Amino acid sequence: MVTYIIRRLIWGVVMLAIVSMITFAIFFLVPRLAGATSESLAARYVGRTATAEQVKLAAERLGFNDPLVVQYGRFAKGIVAGADYSYGPTVEHCPAPCLGYSFLSRLPVWPDLLDRVPVTGSLAIGAAIIWLIAGVATGVISALRRGSLFDRAAMSVALAGVSLPIFFTGIVSLVLFSYGRPFAITAPGGSYTPFLTNPALWAYGLILPWITLAFLYAAGYARLTRSGMLETMNEDYIRTARAKGLTERVVVVKHGLRGALTPILTIFGLDLGLLMGGAVLTESTFSLPGIGKYAIDAIVNQDLPKVMGVVLVAAFFVVLANLLVDLLYAVVDPRVRLA
Amino acid sequence: MSFLELEDLRIHFPTDDGLVKSVDGLSFSLERGKTLGIVGESGSGKSVTSLGILGLHKGGRARISGEIRLDGDELVSAGPEHVRALRGKKMAMIFQDPLSAMHPYYTVGAQIIEAYRIHNPVSKAVARKHAIDMLGRVGIPQPDRRVDSYPHEFSGGMRQRAMIAMALSCDPELLIADEPTTALDVTVQAQILDLMRDLQQEFNSALIIITHDLGVVAELSDDILVMYGGKCIEYGTAEDIFERPEHPYTWGLLGSMPRLDREPTERLMPIKGTPPSLINVPSGCAFHPRCAFEGRTGGKAKTAVPELLETEGGHLVRCHMAGEERRAIWENEIKPNLESV
Amino acid sequence: MKRRTTLGVTALGAVLALGLSACGGGGAATPGQSGAASAGGGDAAKAEFNAALTQVFNPSDKKGGIIKLANAGDWDSLDPGDTYYGYSWDFIRLYGRSLVMFKPAPGKESAQLIPDLAESLGVPSDNAKTWTYKLKQGVKFEDGTPITSKDVKYGVERSFDKEVFPDGYTYFNDTLDWPKGYKGAYKSKDANTDSAIETPDDQTIVFHLKQPYSGFDYFAQLPATIPVPKDKDTGAKYKEHVISSGPYKFDKNEIGKGFTLVRNENWDPATDPNRKALPDGYEVTTNVNADDIDNRLLSGDLHLDIAGTGAQPATLGRVLTDPNLKAGTDNPTITRLWYTSVNGNVKPLDNIECRKAVQYAADKVAYQTAYGGEFSGGQIATSLLPPGIPGHEDFNLYPPGPDNHGDIAKAKEHLTACGQPNGFETNISYRAERPKEKAAAEALQQSLAKAGIKLTLKPFPQADYFALYAGKPGYAKDNKIGLAVNGWGADWPDGYGFLQQIVDSRVIRETGGSSNVSVRDPEVDKLLDQASLETDVAKREPMWAQIDRKVMEDAFILPGIWAKSLLIRGKGLTNVYYSDAFGMYDYLNMGLQ
Repeated sequence: MVTYIIRRLIWGVVMLAIVSMITFAIFFLVPRLAGATSESLAARYVGRTATAEQVKLAAERLGFNDPLVVQYGRFAKGIVAGADYSYGPTVEHCPAPCLGYSFLSRLPVWPDLLDRVPVTGSLAIGAAIIWLIAGVATGVISALRRGSLFDRAAMSVALAGVSLPIFFTGIVSLVLFSYGRPFAITAPGGSYTPFLTNPALWAYGLILPWITLAFLYAAGYARLTRSGMLETMNEDYIRTARAKGLTERVVVVKHGLRGALTPILTIFGLDLGLLMGGAVLTESTFSLPGIGKYAIDAIVNQDLPKVMGVVLVAAFFVVLANLLVDLLYAVVDPRVRLA
Repeated sequence: MSFLELEDLRIHFPTDDGLVKSVDGLSFSLERGKTLGIVGESGSGKSVTSLGILGLHKGGRARISGEIRLDGDELVSAGPEHVRALRGKKMAMIFQDPLSAMHPYYTVGAQIIEAYRIHNPVSKAVARKHAIDMLGRVGIPQPDRRVDSYPHEFSGGMRQRAMIAMALSCDPELLIADEPTTALDVTVQAQILDLMRDLQQEFNSALIIITHDLGVVAELSDDILVMYGGKCIEYGTAEDIFERPEHPYTWGLLGSMPRLDREPTERLMPIKGTPPSLINVPSGCAFHPRCAFEGRTGGKAKTAVPELLETEGGHLVRCHMAGEERRAIWENEIKPNLESV
Repeated sequence: MKRRTTLGVTALGAVLALGLSACGGGGAATPGQSGAASAGGGDAAKAEFNAALTQVFNPSDKKGGIIKLANAGDWDSLDPGDTYYGYSWDFIRLYGRSLVMFKPAPGKESAQLIPDLAESLGVPSDNAKTWTYKLKQGVKFEDGTPITSKDVKYGVERSFDKEVFPDGYTYFNDTLDWPKGYKGAYKSKDANTDSAIETPDDQTIVFHLKQPYSGFDYFAQLPATIPVPKDKDTGAKYKEHVISSGPYKFDKNEIGKGFTLVRNENWDPATDPNRKALPDGYEVTTNVNADDIDNRLLSGDLHLDIAGTGAQPATLGRVLTDPNLKAGTDNPTITRLWYTSVNGNVKPLDNIECRKAVQYAADKVAYQTAYGGEFSGGQIATSLLPPGIPGHEDFNLYPPGPDNHGDIAKAKEHLTACGQPNGFETNISYRAERPKEKAAAEALQQSLAKAGIKLTLKPFPQADYFALYAGKPGYAKDNKIGLAVNGWGADWPDGYGFLQQIVDSRVIRETGGSSNVSVRDPEVDKLLDQASLETDVAKREPMWAQIDRKVMEDAFILPGIWAKSLLIRGKGLTNVYYSDAFGMYDYLNMGLQ
C-alpha cells in the first residue's frame, strides 16, 4: 500500500513534468515553428509603445534568446529551488516553488494562485456536496419509481441540466434571485468573502454559484445514479438481501446504493479534481476570483508564467484526485487490490 | 393439511410483447422433513415458482393468483410486510451462483450477521458468534477467521457453504435451493448435496430443490415435480419418476442425463427443439411440437390441453396418450435404450 | 493611442475574439447633442436621456458613503508610471496629482487644461523646447512627507523602463532629451538626466525636449508626472500600494480582485481647489462579469462601471426600449473615428478621381449599421476630427446622396474622369477578429458594387494587421489592398494627438506598423509641423480643421462613423457628468446622495 502510494506519487510528479513540458511547448515551440522570433514574442509583454530596442532588451531579459531546453530548465529550476528577479530598484528572491513572475504584472505567480485556491475550493466543494446529495437522491427515487411521473419529470429536468450551459443558467438565476429583486436570496456576482472572515457572508455570496454549478452536475449524477441503481437492483445479491427478509429501505440503501455508488464515487472524485483546477464558466459568470477566472485572464493575455501556473495547479489536482479515487476505490470495493 | 401447499398458483407478467405465463396453474404440497425436487429446463417456470413462494417475484408488475399456504398461513393475499417477516426466518433460499448472490462489498460474516439480526434481537457480538457457529456447521475450516473474509476470497464450494449457512442462520422451516450445485464442479457438488441432506435431517425442514439436472434430485428428493411451459407435466415419488416415468418429456430428461454409471463416450439423447415461448404457448399440449409421440394422440395434442391425471398412487401425468400406451412405450422403446450397452 | 478596454472574458469562446482595439479613449459631446440638455437650466436632477452630457446631473456637496465600482477586466496597472487606459487616467486623480489636469467640468469645458500639482500651466521657452513648472507649496504624500520636484522627476524617470512598466506610453521616452543609452531609473541608477529634466530647487521642474512641441501641457497631465517617493518605490510591486498624493489612499489591494480607497488625511484641500473628495471611500471589484455589471448598475447594487466603455449588447436592447431605463443613461459621441483608408499606392486609386468615386459611392448608413447603429455604433462622420475635439468644423465634401446611402451617379461621374467608366477591382482588408469591421467591409463591398467598383474581402489577424499586412506599404501595394478598414481614437481631445499618427506621412515605415496606411501629402506634413510650433491655443485650433479639410480633399480617408457609447448612470450618485477629456463620466467629484 505504502509502496503503491509512493509509486503513484512519483508517477504524478512525472505527469506534472510532462504536462508542463507540453504546455511550455505549446506556448513557445509552436509559435516559433510558425515563424515567431524572440522579439515578436517579447513584443507582447512590453506594450505597443515600446521601441525595437526595448523589445530586444525585453527578449533578452525574459530569456527568449536561449534554447528552449534552457528556458524550460530555468522554469523547472525555479519550481525546485526558487529564483531571483529584478523588476524594480532591488533584486527579489522568489522562493520555491517559484512559478515565475507574470510577464505582464511583473508579480510572482505562486502567491496569486495560492490566494485563489480557497475560492475555487469553496465553490467546488460546496457545489459538490449539493450535487452529490441532490443528484444521488433524485437518481435513487427515479430508479425505484421507474416510469412514474416523478421519474419522468426528474429526468427531463436532468436532461435540461446537463444541456444548459452555466453562463445561461447562471445569468437566469442571477436575474431571478439577485439584482435587488424582492426574493434576492444571494449576493450579486463578485461578492466572494473568505470563509474565515465571515462564514455567513461566505455562504451568502456562494449560494447561487453553488446551486447553479450543482444543477449542472446533479443532473448528470441523477442520470448516472438512476441507471446504476436500475442495474444494481437487478443484481442477484439484491434478491438475496430481500430473501433474507431485510426491509426495502435497507435493501435499497445498504445493498443497492452501496453497489451503485462505486462508479459514482469515481466520477465524483475526478469531477471534483477537475473543478479544483478552476470552474471556468461559473467563476466567470459569477465573477468569482478563483483559478478558473485566473486561467481565463492568463490565456487572454498570453501570460505564460500564469498559464503554466494554472495548468500545473489544475494538473496537480487532477493527479491528486486520481490517486485519491484509486485509494478510495480500494476502500469501497474490497475486491480491488492496489499494486 | 400439509406444511406447504400450493393451489393453482399462477404468476403472469404483462410485457410489451404480451402476457408471460411463467407459472400457470401449479399445485403441490410438501411436508416437513421431506424434499421435493422441481425439474425443468430454463424458462419452465421453476425458479419463478420458488420466488413466488418467498414473495420475491418482481413486485408490482407481476399478476399472481392462486394460493400458497405455509403452515396454514396464506401468502398470496398476505401483505408484503407479513411475507417479509417470514422471509429468512420461516422460509429461506439458497441461490444458484453464490458469487453474484452475495454482496461483494460486505464480508461473509457481515452478511450472515445481518440475516440473523433482522429476525433476532441480539447484539452484534452474539450474532457474530452465531455466524461463526453456522460457518463451522457447514464445514468451513477456521470459521472464526473466515467470518471476516469477503465472498471473492472464498472458493466456489466454500461460498456455497457460506450461502447455506446464511440461509440456515434463522432455522427456517422451509428451505428452497435454486440450482444449488450448478456452478460447482462435480466433486464439490457431491459434498454440497451431502451437506444439505445432513442439515435437512438435522433441522427437519422442508426442502425444495430446483434444478434442470435430474441427477441432483435423484439423490435427495422424496418427490419430484417435472415442469414444462409453466405447468406441472409429471409428479410422483422419486421412484415413480426414475423407474416408471410416463411423460415423453420426462423420458427426454432422463435420456439427456449424464450418469456416472454409464460409459462417458455414450451419446446422450437430447430433447429436440427448444423450450416453448411462454407468451405464445403452443396450442394443445405445450410439448407437442417437440414430442416424438405426438402422432399417437390422434391429433388431440394440437388442439386440446391435456389434464394432469393420476395414473396410480399419487403419480400424476399430463399427457393425451393412454396410460397403457405410455407404459408400453417406456418399457419397450425408451427404457431398453437408456439401459442398453 | 490610449487603450480601450474590451470586455470579452465571459466565456472561453471570447478568449479568441479578444484583443485590444488599436486606439481609443478621449471624447466629446457633439454640438447636436448638447441642445436639449444645455438649454434647460431646469431641474438638473431630473433623470432623462443624456441628462449628464453637458451639465452636472444631480449636483451636491454632500459628503460620506462608499462608492462601489466594478471593472469587467482589470487595470493594466494602478502604477502611475504604467497605465494607459482612459478610465485609469480618469480614476488615478483620486490618489495621484499630476502637474496639470483636465478641468473637472461637464462637456467641452473638460477639454481645458488647468494646473494641479503645479501652480500654473507650463511656461514654454527656447521656442517651446523647454517647459518649466512650479510646484504648489504644502502638498504632501500620504505619509506626510512634502512633495518636491525631485519626486516628480523620479516618477518620470522610472516610467522610462518599459520592461518593468510595459503598459505605459512613451511620450516622455520619445520627446525628452535623455542622455545617450539611458535605460530608466532602475538600470541607469547613476546617470545624470539633467539634459532631460532639471530640478533647480524643490519646487521647480524643467523639461527639455529634443524637438519643439507646443502641446507639452498635454504630456504634463499624464499620470507619469504624479510624484513617486524614491525610497518607497518597489518597482513592479509599487502598484500594490501606490503612495498617494491625492485625497484618497489605498487601504486593501488585491491585484486581480479589487481594492479599496480610504481618505488620505495628509491631503490638504487648501492646495487643491479642483477636488471635492465627497465619499468616505471607494470599493472597487475587478474582473467582474460584464453583463453582471450592467444588471447591478440598473438594480442599484453598483454605482459605476469603471471601464466607461458603455453597456453590453445584451443591456442595450433592454435599456433603449424601456423609457425608464433609458432616462438613466447618456449616449455621448466619443473622440473615436471608424474609417477606411484609401491607399493611393494601389492603382487606380493613385488617381484622385477614383478615390472620390469611392467617397461618393459609400453607403454611410450601412457603415453605421455595421458598427451597431445610431446609439451603440455612432453618428455618421463626414470628416476626420470628431466633434468633441477642439477645432472641429462641420463640413462634408462628398455628400453620399440625400439619405447617406451613396450617390452612385456622382461616383460614376468621377470614375469616368478617372478613366475607369465601368469601375475597377481592388481588395479591402479588415481585422479578422472583429465582426464589426467585417460587416463594414461587406457594406462597402455592396454599395461600391453599384458603381461598378468590385471589392474582394481580405481578412488579416489583428495582431499583425499593421505590422505585416495593411500597414506594411510593400505588402499592401503588392497585394492590391486598395481599401483598409481602420479606426482611431485620441489619447486626449487634442488635434495633434488625434491627427498626427494617422495623417503624417512620415510615420509610415517601409517595415510596417504604422496606423497611417494611406495619407501621403507633404502639405499635410508641413501643416502639422506648423501647428506643433504654435503655442497659442486660439491660433492652433483652427489649424486642425485645415489639416482635416486637406486630407479629405485628397480623399485618402473615407470617414465612417464617430463612435458613441451608452453609459449607465449609477443610482444615487451625485455630480455625474460626461467628460470630453476622458470619453466617459468624470470620476473625480462624484458623491452619494
